[in-house]
Amino acid sequence: MSHDHDDHHHHHDNHFSPMEARVRALETILTQKGLIDPKAIDAIVETYETNIGPRNGARVVAKAWAEPDFADWLKRDATAAIASLGYTGRQGEHMRAVFNDGETHNLVVCTLCSCYPWSVLGLPPVWYKAPAYRSRAVIDPRGVLAEFGVTLPGGKKIRVWDSTAELRYLVVPERPDGTDGLDQEALADLVTRDAMIGTGLALEPEARA
Amino acid sequence: MSRCETLADSPGLPVSTEGEPVFAEPWQAQAFAMTVRLHEQCVFTWAQWAEALSREVHRPGRAVDGADYFDCWVAALSSLLSERGVVSEAEQSVLSDRWARAAEATPHGMPILLENAG
Repeated sequence: MSHDHDDHHHHHDNHFSPMEARVRALETILTQKGLIDPKAIDAIVETYETNIGPRNGARVVAKAWAEPDFADWLKRDATAAIASLGYTGRQGEHMRAVFNDGETHNLVVCTLCSCYPWSVLGLPPVWYKAPAYRSRAVIDPRGVLAEFGVTLPGGKKIRVWDSTAELRYLVVPERPDGTDGLDQEALADLVTRDAMIGTGLALEPEARA
Repeated sequence: MSRCETLADSPGLPVSTEGEPVFAEPWQAQAFAMTVRLHEQCVFTWAQWAEALSREVHRPGRAVDGADYFDCWVAALSSLLSERGVVSEAEQSVLSDRWARAAEATPHGMPILLENAG
């Protein structure tokens, strides 16, 4: 994990576009005036966030499940493979896809702040930004997964990936059994946001959303 | 007015096939949520909001494909708040500059605090 700050070579999170600075200023002033409460704002955002970006990521995963060539490409160069579907980050960040298999389960966190693959997953859920998740995902990933209702076979390893401003991760969950006859759109329905962060698994076909 | 009606009454808002708004970046969702909240608090009516937004969207030089929709959204929110005497434009721009400076002065991984603006 690299956190150097060479501005000539890297984009980093700590630059506000004029819009970001303006929104932050409005939020500060309106909060000071008692007109908004940041918690109420988060709550409104949260009502929408599950419906926003994760569909992009779900399409990436479904394509990787259905097309071995695409899966290979995604493994080798996730930034390019994902960009080929039209999903590109506006901050120029690189993507890496990490594949769950019989031996390893992958979990993504940003221990330092809340770096998140917006272009494929939309907005980060509130818990992803919370200090509790950020610290515990590394120290006790199995405990964190249990809280999300995910119990893995004892022998399965958990690999935790720490995101940075320059590199974001997308978990490719294991394809559930009994999905051979499904097309990519139907497969994408099985891929939840949490499955692509690693705090969930892909849905079974009968539980399709 | 319910949130659904609010959304139905925001012409040009990018929405998903499920009819939910689509945000490309967190600040867009933040601006959207603040507007919804201010309306709920009766700081302005939705008609006043719609008029302010429409004025920005139709300003010459705006993107034809709506790529700058949320830039318009923020500009509309700024000017509506200043017109209604809630927050002056001067106050807004001074604080925006301070936030931009604070971000630049903060290393990655550290929380961006206004105090960091120096």
